[in-house]
Amino acid sequence: MIHISAFYFGSIALVLIGLYAILVKKNILKMLIGLSIMETGVNLLLVSIGYIYGRSAPILSEGIGPNQAVDPIPQALVLTAIVIGVATTAMALSAAIVLYRHYGTLNVEEIRRLRG
Amino acid sequence: MVSILKRSLAIITLLIIGYWLAQGLSGVPFGQDKMLVGQYYLNHVKQQTGAVNAVTAVVVNYRGFDTLGEVTVLFIASTGVGALLWGQRRKRTARTEGSIVLTTGTRLLAPFVILFGAYIFIHGHLTPGGGFPGGATIATAFLLLYMAFTVYEIPHRAFEKTEGIVGMGYVIVGLIGLAIGGYFLFDWIWQTWHLGTNNIGRLFSGGFIPVIYTIIGLKVGTELSGIIDNMLKEEVSE
Repeated sequence: MIHISAFYFGSIALVLIGLYAILVKKNILKMLIGLSIMETGVNLLLVSIGYIYGRSAPILSEGIGPNQAVDPIPQALVLTAIVIGVATTAMALSAAIVLYRHYGTLNVEEIRRLRG
Repeated sequence: MVSILKRSLAIITLLIIGYWLAQGLSGVPFGQDKMLVGQYYLNHVKQQTGAVNAVTAVVVNYRGFDTLGEVTVLFIASTGVGALLWGQRRKRTARTEGSIVLTTGTRLLAPFVILFGAYIFIHGHLTPGGGFPGGATIATAFLLLYMAFTVYEIPHRAFEKTEGIVGMGYVIVGLIGLAIGGYFLFDWIWQTWHLGTNNIGRLFSGGFIPVIYTIIGLKVGTELSGIIDNMLKEEVSE
């Protein structure tokens, strides 16, 4: 039996929920929502790997010393990942707008049928 | 029938992937001290960068080149949105004004939302936040304006100029570092001029982190506003 932390479990669950939406849903917007949920899961996983019991945020003021703060690197990585996620989501949504303008539908099977 | 088959196949795949992920992560202890490079950053962040917030010090100072690439990715994405949605005549086509709550609230709050965004990115080296959340906050002010008023449009020319100038400013700050200290994005304000050495934890410290974050905040704000503008306009056929 595998023992993992609740935070790891939650992030794995978010990734799987997002993957389920991508695999099963036919509407492109729903697939993009699934992609965003997956991204949230990955971000949560990174931040929770950097957490250390009983320590505070890595802002070294108000009596927080270097040995009382959590790992700053995963948080910096997630800061980057969130911004890139917003950018890619915007790109994908505008691609969806273009698709809708061409085919009049967002259903992937319909689009595949219409393309012939 | 096909749909049920597809769904069960998907669920079986997900269970396999989930088991595999959980097995991999069970070897990573939660909440234990696993820091190697992170401890070095925490020990030296105040002397080396003058910033209190270790996360923004890592993002802007230690890995400034990476952040320049990130800003470039954001720029490419906003250009890509513009290119994908490019049309002959694009206009606002919303028919109804926002409700009175939305319009009045927007009139009152939009300047303060922009002010709060500026606060977030100017204090990036002291408090949680920085250029990216600050810029996103500024963009929400413009989103509010777009939602409340049917005819509102951002000042395109001024925004494009700001975007280009601040993007150039980032590279120029890096090149000044190259000229003074010998490598790109050298922190010349902190390491050569020693500005704000007695001031750590207050606004005027942190070397070039507030400067770079002001640049990033303006750039992200204008770019996200541009994306909002591109997405809310529709092609009109006349």
